[in-house]
Amino acid sequence: MNQPVPGQPAQIPVLALGDVLLVSLQGELHDGMAEQLQHDITSRIATHRVKGVVLDISGVDMVDSFLGRVLAEIASTASLLAARTVLAGMRPAVAITLVELGLTLPGLVTALDVDRAMELLSQRGS
Amino acid sequence: MRVSEQDAAASAPRVVSSFLEQRREQIAQRWADAPLFRSVFTVSRDEAVEACKAVVDALSEAAVSGRLEDIKAPGLDAVRDQLGRMSATLARTGSTPAQIADEVAGLRASAVELLREEFADPSAAQAQEAVLALTLLLGTLRLVVMETALDANAELIERQRQQLLEVATPVIKLWEGTVAVPLIGTLDSARSQVVMESLLEAIVDQRARYAILDITGVPTVDSLVAQHLMKTVAAARLMGAECIVSGIRPAIAQTIVQLGIDLGSVLTRASLSDALAYALGKQGIEVSRSDAGASAR
Repeated sequence: MNQPVPGQPAQIPVLALGDVLLVSLQGELHDGMAEQLQHDITSRIATHRVKGVVLDISGVDMVDSFLGRVLAEIASTASLLAARTVLAGMRPAVAITLVELGLTLPGLVTALDVDRAMELLSQRGS
Repeated sequence: MRVSEQDAAASAPRVVSSFLEQRREQIAQRWADAPLFRSVFTVSRDEAVEACKAVVDALSEAAVSGRLEDIKAPGLDAVRDQLGRMSATLARTGSTPAQIADEVAGLRASAVELLREEFADPSAAQAQEAVLALTLLLGTLRLVVMETALDANAELIERQRQQLLEVATPVIKLWEGTVAVPLIGTLDSARSQVVMESLLEAIVDQRARYAILDITGVPTVDSLVAQHLMKTVAAARLMGAECIVSGIRPAIAQTIVQLGIDLGSVLTRASLSDALAYALGKQGIEVSRSDAGASAR
């Protein structure tokens, strides 16, 4: 299950931009990768001074209930550690599919793209 | 006697077919004067005669195949296109499909008359069978005309429905970062889908932070329409834009409350200008009258 899939990185990189973590999701997310990602983000928030997490999903073609749950879990874990999470770059087609499925991701803050997400985090932080 | 009657019944289509072939010219000449062809081919009678000949040939072919009552009989396909154009022309002049079909029925009399002349004794069993076969065949022709007329209508309706979908859902940029969709007419699921798609595209294109759905032109809001609105609002939110529903008339507000629809999470405003004022205020934009404008008043 945790075997890396050919053509896909085994791990999703978590970049630190100042006090914000930037995670760019690409393609499909497998169980093992999701677990690893949640662990990475949580430990980074705990050990460094992180006030925000930006989840960029502009490279994701499809968000299913699994990915929706993972995103919501990351957001609530981060908020327990006093960091805000912003979901950025959702494509129109993905938004329509999610709404049709009834997954409106109520607990998540959203932004049009990463730029807007960073803006949002800096505004709220001040 | 029984046997010969059966023979007559079986050979009737052949008799009709050879009759149509031999008297092609005469039938065409007579039909060209019938109201159906005369009203379509107003310019040239020769053209009408040619069209009639094509129809006669098609009927003859259908008769040979023995499928008198089959509107999909081979041969009829050849004239389907032509008949379609004819019925479209008639429809443009205001004829209903029923009237067009009646005009086709008018062709029967002249053809039957010619067919009767073929037989020495018009009351003979063979003659009766042949007339019956011809009548059946023309009934089928009538059906084909009716079908093409209805097909043309259905096509027209479909095209107009598509146009209505496109025309009725423009997304307007009201301000930097603020877009609006003025909804007009009943909001069904097909239209709300188009609205949602074009709104989300506009949010991406204009990098909009605020989207206004104006329902001033929506006659009624029931639970289904409210559900469509809430879906659109939720999708816009997922794209990082805040959605405001405006143009809720007092009557509609009362209906929403009476139906027990919970618009809870949806931001609402009475008019489009209120919604715009809210969006501008949230972006820190202030609109005020300039001094020059004030003194000019």
